Amino acid sequence: MNDRAKPGVKPEVQPVVNESGIAVKPLYTAEDVETSGGDKMVGLPGEYPFTRGIHRLMYRKQPWTMRQYAGFGNPSETNQRFKYLISNGQTGLNVAFDLPTQIGLDSDDPLAEGEIGRVGMSVDTLRDFELAFEGIDLDRITVSLTINGAAAILIAMYLAMAEKRGYDVNKLRGTAQNDILKEFIGRGTWIFPVEPSIRLVGDTIEYCARHAPKYSPVSVCGYHIRESGATPAQEMAYAFCIAKAYADEVTRRGLPVDEFAGRLSYNFNIFGNIFEQVCKFRAGRSLWAKIMKEEYGAEQPGSMWLRMIAAGGGGGLTFEQPELNIVRGAYYALISALSGTQTMALCSYDEAYTIPTEYSARISLRTMQILIEEMGLTETVDPLAGSYYVETMTNQMRDKMVEIMAETDAQGGIVKLVSEGVIQAKVSAQAYRMQRDIESGAFPKVGVNRYRNDSDEEHPVEFHPYREEDARRQVDNLNRVRAERDAREVARCLAQVGADARSGANLMPAIVAAVKAYASVGEITRELVAVFGRYREPIRF
Amino acid sequence: MTQQHIKVLLAKPGLDGHDQGAKIVARAMMDAGFEVIYTGLRQTPEAVARTALEEDVDVIALSSMAGSHLPFCRKLKPLLEADGLTDKLWLIGGNLPAQDHQALSELGFKGIFPTGSKLDAIVDFIREQVK
Repeated sequence: MNDRAKPGVKPEVQPVVNESGIAVKPLYTAEDVETSGGDKMVGLPGEYPFTRGIHRLMYRKQPWTMRQYAGFGNPSETNQRFKYLISNGQTGLNVAFDLPTQIGLDSDDPLAEGEIGRVGMSVDTLRDFELAFEGIDLDRITVSLTINGAAAILIAMYLAMAEKRGYDVNKLRGTAQNDILKEFIGRGTWIFPVEPSIRLVGDTIEYCARHAPKYSPVSVCGYHIRESGATPAQEMAYAFCIAKAYADEVTRRGLPVDEFAGRLSYNFNIFGNIFEQVCKFRAGRSLWAKIMKEEYGAEQPGSMWLRMIAAGGGGGLTFEQPELNIVRGAYYALISALSGTQTMALCSYDEAYTIPTEYSARISLRTMQILIEEMGLTETVDPLAGSYYVETMTNQMRDKMVEIMAETDAQGGIVKLVSEGVIQAKVSAQAYRMQRDIESGAFPKVGVNRYRNDSDEEHPVEFHPYREEDARRQVDNLNRVRAERDAREVARCLAQVGADARSGANLMPAIVAAVKAYASVGEITRELVAVFGRYREPIRF
Repeated sequence: MTQQHIKVLLAKPGLDGHDQGAKIVARAMMDAGFEVIYTGLRQTPEAVARTALEEDVDVIALSSMAGSHLPFCRKLKPLLEADGLTDKLWLIGGNLPAQDHQALSELGFKGIFPTGSKLDAIVDFIREQVK
């Protein structure tokens, strides 16, 4: 049946098109599933193409990991927040770093003034990692590092810290974000130009495949591309293009796909239409499996798995009536569970204003725990499968992603388009249109353009304090480490980093040696900048 | 009636990488017919002052999302004063807690547009203030 309006005939209902650009019908039947491609990609959970989940029993065997983003001030303060979250039932950590750390500046760098410990934990040397993870069992709690430009250094630090504490690095689990291409699109914590940045990602993947094979060195982020204005289909399509760029970098070096692809992971965003979101994940899972199998010749199922954190995103939350964000977060968590995620996190209700308090972070954690304990979501795998609507939309979302990926390749590929600022301009234009639609009311947002509380001046938000003395203490700690370390060994290690940067050798062994000698993030970054230079942002509208 | 020509410097101060909002505001200003110099990320106070002077702008606008607006603006103010840019319109937008608005105002920022501000409010304010 044709659902488009006939000319001259007023439609019975208004047409609806989702954010990804797919028309949504009032009713779906078996015929829609057939015409959208049928059920051949549905399969079974734990089996190729993994539409229904990467594991056979999913949450029935083990619920998703809960990993709230946390970190502020100095490492000791952050350690306290980590322990608070763990004592409240959180099962993983996701570390927030301050901006100087993220862009490779030491705490005593003049550019770091006023920024130390402000949006995350400050890290200068291995000493800071020792303090941050003190008393935390790294076998029981897996740690995710939200670090990109400086990822090679911080991964090295994490491995060195674990090794020093007696963990076997060969068995150590954990994740680093380490997705630099998306930093050029949104989030902006780049340091080096595009090519050496991709080389560094390749170095970390190659090094971990050989020395820390359980560690996930990259978490490719559709999340921030979505936050920057991408549609849900673009979010996933661009993430796949980026993941392929990293996979190409590593396979070019001769590493077989099955030796690294199993440790690639993803980070995706959740806000917007429930069904579009769930279908995005189901579609993406099968598309990624197909890409890895057919384009890269992967044979191990693990290499085809779309392992992911699917997190309730800030983009859906509102500054207005912030307590409504608790409700939105609960829906996002529900979507995440229905989507078969491995790991879940939620932006807290006050996160549009400030670093979450213990109270608001605990609400986010409890939101996810309610789903596990009370709502029956862990009992049955992929419960929405077989719905005419969900299977049709899953097929349509997959087609849409394929179309976006093909278009990206036809225009020269993701690396070129990001280098030239083309993707940035495209998603930013979309973000602008969305903002206009929100302001005009064309795109509904409760509390913003519907049901406003203009008389309500009381925002129940407590601001996270910023303490200058913590920043000074961080600089003092750095100076103490510098005074105590073996200066000659540091100089030797830093020279090796520079030499390997020039020769094209894998940089990780030299960086690992440097962090073990307590060389700082800023010192190692300076060596690399001396060889690679700095990224220059293309300004394009 | 001819439309007045308004030239705006829109800068991302400090290390903050959140530029979605700044780029949206830049587009709104361009749509309003303003000439917009968007700096991109990681501008130092010195760079903002220098560009404002060199480009001879009417409006100096900052977009700050990561909380370092006060220390940044305290450094920027004397630089703008030294360059004789006190007659320009200084604006700031972004994640600006209400408790900081008075301090920003005392630092010379005439327009303060926290999260939730409307694009047209920003554009209208500039049109009214730039004579």
